[in-house]
Amino acid sequence: MAEALLFYTLAALILGLGVMVVSARSAVHSVLFLVVNFLLVAVLYVTLNAEFVAVIQVLVYAGGIVVLYLFVVMLVNLKQAPERFSDPRRLARSGLVLGGVVLALIVVVVSSSLRAGAAPEGTLSGFGTPFTSGNTEQLGWVLYTSYLIPFELASMLLLVAMVGAIVLAKRHLGE
Amino acid sequence: MLEITPLHYSLLSAALFMIGVIGVLVRRNVIIIFMSIELILNAVNINLVALSDQLQDLAGQVFVVFVIAVAAAEAAVGLGIIIAFYRNKETVNIDEIQIMRW
Repeated sequence: MAEALLFYTLAALILGLGVMVVSARSAVHSVLFLVVNFLLVAVLYVTLNAEFVAVIQVLVYAGGIVVLYLFVVMLVNLKQAPERFSDPRRLARSGLVLGGVVLALIVVVVSSSLRAGAAPEGTLSGFGTPFTSGNTEQLGWVLYTSYLIPFELASMLLLVAMVGAIVLAKRHLGE
Repeated sequence: MLEITPLHYSLLSAALFMIGVIGVLVRRNVIIIFMSIELILNAVNINLVALSDQLQDLAGQVFVVFVIAVAAAEAAVGLGIIIAFYRNKETVNIDEIQIMRW
């Protein structure tokens, strides 16, 4: 029951965010919807017992690829409406809100760490607990035995793509 | 209905795939077309992970790792092309990118 509820909620959010990625008028909004979409897909992977793939999804997709997209959107679409953010009152208001959020975070972290200081040693974190054979270990084993050559080929592909991207984005060749 | 089977995941994957395809076909901004391609790749990954869980076979998750690597390479090269093109033509509209059409 809970599993079905989780699946339907995630599916509805993923599909809705997919529609918003495609239909958003501004490319920046599209990228931001894409981040949330990727994070929700990562949650879906966790429900499917694929923890390593979920972590890779967050690190590579939501962390790396989407930032790359955001850079390109900012590089390419700078012509449109930077004035909307130059209103000083709006700036001051958003600065106030952000400052308040940071202050609240600091208070929460400091108070929780002060409270945790009284707790007995060794129960605070997962460090030191034995690592039983999990998804990551199994996947690493398969990846480095049965799929070793495809793995090396993928690394070569990434190297070639990196060099290609640098060559393409470089301004003047041969100088 | 309350039992989540691989069919549910396949349906979700197919729907996300269709959204991506519609985005590729409808939108004219090259960057959004690339994002739609990422959505399509994600749909494929959902299918692979769901079937990997169903069959208790890690090959599906290995394939997902490779798909993510290829997607990263594709994004890097594609966005490099977009930047190079924007530097020359000052546009990201796919209708105006036709210098290789004959």
